[in-house]
Amino acid sequence: MAEAQGRRPVSVRSINCPNCGAATAVRTFGHAVNVVCQSCGSILDATNPGVTILQRYTEAIREEPLIPLGTRGKLFDIECEVVGFQVRQITVDDVAYRWREYLLFNPYREFRYLTEYAGHWNVVSTLNALPIGHPTPGSSPLWYAGHRYRHFQTADATTVFVLGEFPWQIRVGDTTEGSDYVAPPLMLSAEVDADKEVTWSLGRYVSGDEIWKSLSLPGRPPRAVGVFANQPSPFQRVQATMWRNAGLLVILAALLWIAHLVTARGTQSFAGNFAFDPTAAAETSLVTPVFELDGRPTAVEIETTTSLDNQWMFVGYALVNDDTGQAFEVGRDVSYYHGVEDGESWTEGSPRDSVDLPSVPPGRYFLRIETEGERTAPPIRYRVRVLRDVSTSLWFLVALVLILVPPILATRRAFTFERQRWQESDHG
Amino acid sequence: MSSRAANCPNCGAPLVYRWSSSVQTVCEYCRSIVVRTDVDVKKVGQVADLPEDASPIQLSTEGRYGDKGFVVAGRILYQYEQGGWNEWRIVLDGGADGWLSDAQNALAVSFLTTGLRIPTLAEAALGQSFVWNSTRFTVVSRTLAHYAGVEGELPFEYWDKTDVTFIDLRSEGADFATIDYSDEAPALYIGRAVDFDTLRLRNVRTFEGW
Repeated sequence: MAEAQGRRPVSVRSINCPNCGAATAVRTFGHAVNVVCQSCGSILDATNPGVTILQRYTEAIREEPLIPLGTRGKLFDIECEVVGFQVRQITVDDVAYRWREYLLFNPYREFRYLTEYAGHWNVVSTLNALPIGHPTPGSSPLWYAGHRYRHFQTADATTVFVLGEFPWQIRVGDTTEGSDYVAPPLMLSAEVDADKEVTWSLGRYVSGDEIWKSLSLPGRPPRAVGVFANQPSPFQRVQATMWRNAGLLVILAALLWIAHLVTARGTQSFAGNFAFDPTAAAETSLVTPVFELDGRPTAVEIETTTSLDNQWMFVGYALVNDDTGQAFEVGRDVSYYHGVEDGESWTEGSPRDSVDLPSVPPGRYFLRIETEGERTAPPIRYRVRVLRDVSTSLWFLVALVLILVPPILATRRAFTFERQRWQESDHG
Repeated sequence: MSSRAANCPNCGAPLVYRWSSSVQTVCEYCRSIVVRTDVDVKKVGQVADLPEDASPIQLSTEGRYGDKGFVVAGRILYQYEQGGWNEWRIVLDGGADGWLSDAQNALAVSFLTTGLRIPTLAEAALGQSFVWNSTRFTVVSRTLAHYAGVEGELPFEYWDKTDVTFIDLRSEGADFATIDYSDEAPALYIGRAVDFDTLRLRNVRTFEGW
């Protein structure tokens, strides 16, 4: 990138802390305005050849950056070195939240930041253009580069700890008003320094694993806890994929169903008329002649048409294969009542009944029929028809449920994730 | 681009004005600030060593802005309470003057623009918007700064080091504007925020370890 032109390269220097005497390397060359002494934490004026102390370190606890200063690597294709570190804090409902910001340096690029909160990381760059919506931070949505950003939080952020070097003045206690707007995995942020400056920046969510890999850091990153403002929802894409797949499956099932409805022949394999006297004491069981069920295994419909009139009967069918003895059994309660009450006629049940036996293999079959009824009721005449290759629709309904349950569950999980995200916001 | 020779009134070393619009230059040998009064030159002061800075740009850095090439001819280094920035004077093909500002490697190119209404310092509050050439600009910073040094050839005379206010404005595109309130009549510069790659800079500084 750089072309040497007879001039010596800008050289690295170090400064000595007037407080403790320790030497601290200056990594950003002449950009360094403030350098924090690595051993005693004093903030030093690096622009002054004599080096003066600007702020002494007084806190009892010293924060250790997870990424050591001087670490180099490529983040989003741009080589950078970690040169500064600060811990900032906001207070919401009397609870203090602290996050860490690493300043990233490249001598030919704008400074960038790497932020970390509870194991959630963002690479942040300042913006050259203002977002569309409102030039100064508000709570309404913003547009930037084709994405819509929703307001997440506005709070005063105070610097509580610094380490390393900065190309501008920095002190513990510095406070700016920060506003965040999210469009996962992106986050727009505005920082307002009183009436002096508004700085807009764009953060991109990055997993700790990716940071560790990019910067060749030893060990493992801290585990991400909770849901972060611009953390992409792992369920959002899954949910969309599942709905798309479910849609395709529903279409497929519907096509199969329609094809089945169209091709089902519904041919009659057997029909017979029978009578049943409920008052008779004798065994009420009978057997039909053998009939043929041809073709491939298909559904068989047994249709019962009765002369029931304000009475009920039970019909037990066994469709028995004459050769193998394999039996398909099904019992039906048929009842039909009607009358007039308060000038309104009513009916209940039906004298007709039909039942499907799914997937009956071809062969020679007979029906064994058992009947029961009210002992005092009049005799009942009934007709039984066996229809081969009938259309059935229940399987389609079952398939529909099976197809739709997974995406519905995924949508619920995605919804829960979003609720967790927004609970942490000003709008939670 | 004319090349006019003269001698430094302080040390006698040859001075070369590379740009016809240059009004002042700094003698490369004795660091005298030399002002051209068309034929004669006179010494008006001497610069202290420039504060150390790490801009990747230097005098004679070349680059491209839009369809024109440019070369860096001079610079003004400003300082304010938070730090500093450079205004590099660039001369484009054809001789037009512009400024390449470099604030911690955040770059913008702008040109002096006349004939537009410039708000007063009080009007240009943070967040206020103004429309110039049908682009809406919003005030993003108000900075009280002073000269910390000059280098190379500049199109105006060297001024004193009292604090003056600079107002930066940006648009929803990458338009950039600066209002300089150092004169009684404020000056408006309009241009664009740019990045290092699009300027295709050559002859930049090198940094140990990079």
